Amino acid sequence: MKFGGGAAGSMSLPGSSVARQKDGAADAVSDQFPAGLRVLVVDDDPTCLTILDKMLRTCRYEVTKCNRAEVALSLLRENKNGYDVVISDVHMPDMDGFKLLEHIGLEMDLPVIMMSADDSKNVVMKGVTHGACDYLIKPVRIEALKNIWQHVVRKKKNGWKELEQPGRLDDGDRQQKQEDLDNLSPSNEGSWKTSKRKGEEDEGEEKDDMATLKKPRVVWSAELHQQFVVAVNQLGIDKAVPKKILELMNVTGLTRENVASHLQKYRLYLRRLSGVSQHQGGLNNSFLGPQETSFGMMPSLGGIDLRTLTVAGQLPAQTLASYQASGLTRAALKPSIAMPFVDQRDSLSIEIPKLKFGEGQKQQQQLSTTNTKHINLLQGIPMTMEQKQLVSFQQSPQLSGTLNNLHGGGQNSSLLRQMVQPQSQGEMLNESIGGQMSLIQSSIGQPIPRNRVSNSDYSVNHMADLPHNGFPLSSTPVITPLSSKGFKQEGISSDMQGEKVFAQSYDVFDNLHQHKTQNWQLQNAALNYGAASRYPTTSLGNAVNVSPSVLVHQAFSLANHKNGHNGDCHVGKTISFAGAEEQFGGTTNIDRNANCLLTNIPSRVKVERVQEMSSRTNLFSDHFGHDDLMSALLKQQEDLGQVESEFDFDGYTMDNIPV
Amino acid sequence: MTETKGCKGYLDEQFVQLEELQDDTNPNFVEEVATLFYRDSARLLAVIEQTMVRNPQDFTKLDNYMHQFKGSCSSIGAKKVKAECTQFREYCKAGSSDGCMRTFQQLKREYSTLKKQLEAYFQLARQVGPRESATRPR
Repeated sequence: MKFGGGAAGSMSLPGSSVARQKDGAADAVSDQFPAGLRVLVVDDDPTCLTILDKMLRTCRYEVTKCNRAEVALSLLRENKNGYDVVISDVHMPDMDGFKLLEHIGLEMDLPVIMMSADDSKNVVMKGVTHGACDYLIKPVRIEALKNIWQHVVRKKKNGWKELEQPGRLDDGDRQQKQEDLDNLSPSNEGSWKTSKRKGEEDEGEEKDDMATLKKPRVVWSAELHQQFVVAVNQLGIDKAVPKKILELMNVTGLTRENVASHLQKYRLYLRRLSGVSQHQGGLNNSFLGPQETSFGMMPSLGGIDLRTLTVAGQLPAQTLASYQASGLTRAALKPSIAMPFVDQRDSLSIEIPKLKFGEGQKQQQQLSTTNTKHINLLQGIPMTMEQKQLVSFQQSPQLSGTLNNLHGGGQNSSLLRQMVQPQSQGEMLNESIGGQMSLIQSSIGQPIPRNRVSNSDYSVNHMADLPHNGFPLSSTPVITPLSSKGFKQEGISSDMQGEKVFAQSYDVFDNLHQHKTQNWQLQNAALNYGAASRYPTTSLGNAVNVSPSVLVHQAFSLANHKNGHNGDCHVGKTISFAGAEEQFGGTTNIDRNANCLLTNIPSRVKVERVQEMSSRTNLFSDHFGHDDLMSALLKQQEDLGQVESEFDFDGYTMDNIPV
Repeated sequence: MTETKGCKGYLDEQFVQLEELQDDTNPNFVEEVATLFYRDSARLLAVIEQTMVRNPQDFTKLDNYMHQFKGSCSSIGAKKVKAECTQFREYCKAGSSDGCMRTFQQLKREYSTLKKQLEAYFQLARQVGPRESATRPR
C-alpha cells in the first residue's frame, strides 16, 4: 500500500540523493521533481508531526520536522535556500501560525501551507489574507500532501514572470537594482536567488547572483514606490487596480504584473497595519483592525501608528478607512496631518511611546496597558501631534538631545522625543522618553524592541538595535527618524525595490529580532506606528505620507531583519520605508530607508513634519529643515552602529541605538 | 482493525491512512504513533482537568486546549473521542461548566476504552505479523 504506486515505480531515486542537494544541480532536482522537495513542517503536536513526517517521506520529499515556530524560523534563516515549502500548524503555543507565515513571507518568500483542525471560514480566510498558498484541514491525508509541490512551482513561476517582465525598469534602474541586490541582506538575496534559481532551473541556469540575473526584477525604489502609493491613493485603495495604477504611474518599463504583485504586498502590509492597531487594546480601539498576531505587540502602537500615519496625511484616508474600521478610520478621516489622532487620542503620542515593545508579545498586553498608562501621562501634555507639535519637533532639537540621551545613542530618541512630544517636550521627554521612547521606538519601527518593551527601551535604540536596546525612543513613535535611519543608513536610496523593499524591511526586522518574533511585531508595530504617530505629532503631515502600510512594511521588514539583532535599527527602517516610501514626500524616506532608520527617523520625522510630505521629497532632507536633526540622528546612528544593511537598505542598520 | 473498530465507530478512515503508511521501513509505525498520541494527550488531558478544577469558567482556555486535543485525536483517527471533543467545545461556547464536566468524563471513558483496544490490537499485530494484520487487502 505504498501510496503513489505509480510514482514510486518510476522514481528510482529514493529522493535522498541528487534531488536533495540544496544547491545541487538544478537539473537533477527537476528530473526528480517533485521528489526531493524540501519541506519544513512545523507543528507543536508530536503525533501530528510524526504522521506528517512519515507521509511526506512517503511522498519522497525531504522532510525537516520542527515543533516550534521559533526554531523553524531560525532554521529558515540560517539556510535561506534550504527549503522549498513550509507547512505549518495554525495553533502553536510559542507563536501563532499566521505570524510565522508572515515572517516567512517577508523574509524568505517561500510558499507556506497552513493546517489546522479548525475549518471555520474565518480562519481559512485569515490564511488567505496572510498569504498562505494553501490551507489543509486536519487530519491531513497523504493525498493532500502529494500535490504540495504545485505551490513551489507556482511561486517560482510567478517569480520568473516578474523577472521576465519586458518593460521592467530601464537599464539604469536595473543596474541600480542589481547593486541593490548586492547590498541586499543575505536573506533577501538568498530568497531571491532561490526563486531565481528555481525559476531557471529548467534552463539549466546555475545559481547566479543577482547581478547576472537574466531577468531582472523590478526594483521598487523609494521613488517608484512613492509613485505607486500616490497612484493607489488617488484611485482609492479599494478601487486601485493594477492597470489603472500603472497608467497613473506612467513609468516606462513597468508592467501590469509588476504592479499587481506589488499591490498585493502593499495590501497585505496595510492589512497588517490595521491588524496591529487592533491589538492595541490599550491604545485606541479605533485602530482595531484585523488583529494580526504579528502586530500583536504593537497593539498599542499599531493603533497609533496607523493613525499617525493617517494623520500625517500620508495615509490616504481611504486607505486607512478601509483598513481600520475603527481606529484608523479616525485617523484617516483626518487627512490633516495635524494629528487627527491627536485629537482623537491624545494619547497617540503617548501611546506610541508606551508601546514598549521590548517585551514581545506577551508584552503586548503589557504594552497596551503601559501604553494606556502612558497615554494618560501624556494626556496631560497636549499631545496634539498636530502640526504645531510637529513644528515643535522641528524646532526643538532638544528633544533630539533628550532622546539621544535616553537611548544612548539613540539619536532617534531625541528626535523622537521631539516628535513625540511636541507639546511638552520637556515633560514628554521625561515621561515619554521612557515610555514614549519605547513607543516611538516601537513605532519607529522597531518591532524588535519588543523585548525592550521597557519604556525606556523603546527609545530609538530599538530601532537600531532592537535587541532591547532600550531605546527610550523606541517607544516613541518617532519612528520617522528611526525609519529614516534604518533606511538611510544603508543609503539605500531608491533602490527599494518595490517588492523587495518590503521584503527588506521585513528582513530588517528579522535581523533585528531574530529571537523575538514578538519584538518584531512590536517593533513593527512600533515602527509603523511610530512613524505614523510621529508624523502626526510632528505635523509631519509629510512624513505621514507614508501610508501606514508602508510604514508597517517598513517596520516589519526592519523588525524582521533585525530580529537577529534585536533592536537593530531595522525596525526603524521598516518604518521609514513605509513612511519613506509613501509619505515622506516620496523618496526621501525610501531612499533613505536603509539609511538610518533610526537616525533618520528623527530627521525624517522632522522632514515629514515640515513638509507635508511632499511626495518624494526626502523627508530627511531639508524639508523640515531638520537637517540638523537628521545629521544629529545620523551621527547617533553611527554611534549606534549597526546599521544592518542587510536589506537593500544600507541604512537599515538603524543601528542599535545604544541605549 | 479499522474494519472492526470502524464498526464500532472507534476509529475512522484516518487510522487506515496510518496503516497504509506502515511499511517495511517502519513496521511499527502505527503503534509508534499511537504510543506517541497517548503520551502526549495524557499530558494535555491532565492540564484540561486541572483547569476544570481551578477555573471551570475559563472556557476560552478550555476550548483552546480541547482544540489541540481534538487535533491530535483526529490525526490518529480516534473517532469517538473526537466526537466528545466537539461536544465539549460546544459546551464551552455555551458557557456550561456542567456540560463540560459531563462531557469530559465521557471523553475520558472513550479515551481509555480506545487505548485498551489499541493495545490489544497491537499485541495481536505483533503476534500475527505486522504486515498481515496492519495492512488491509488491497
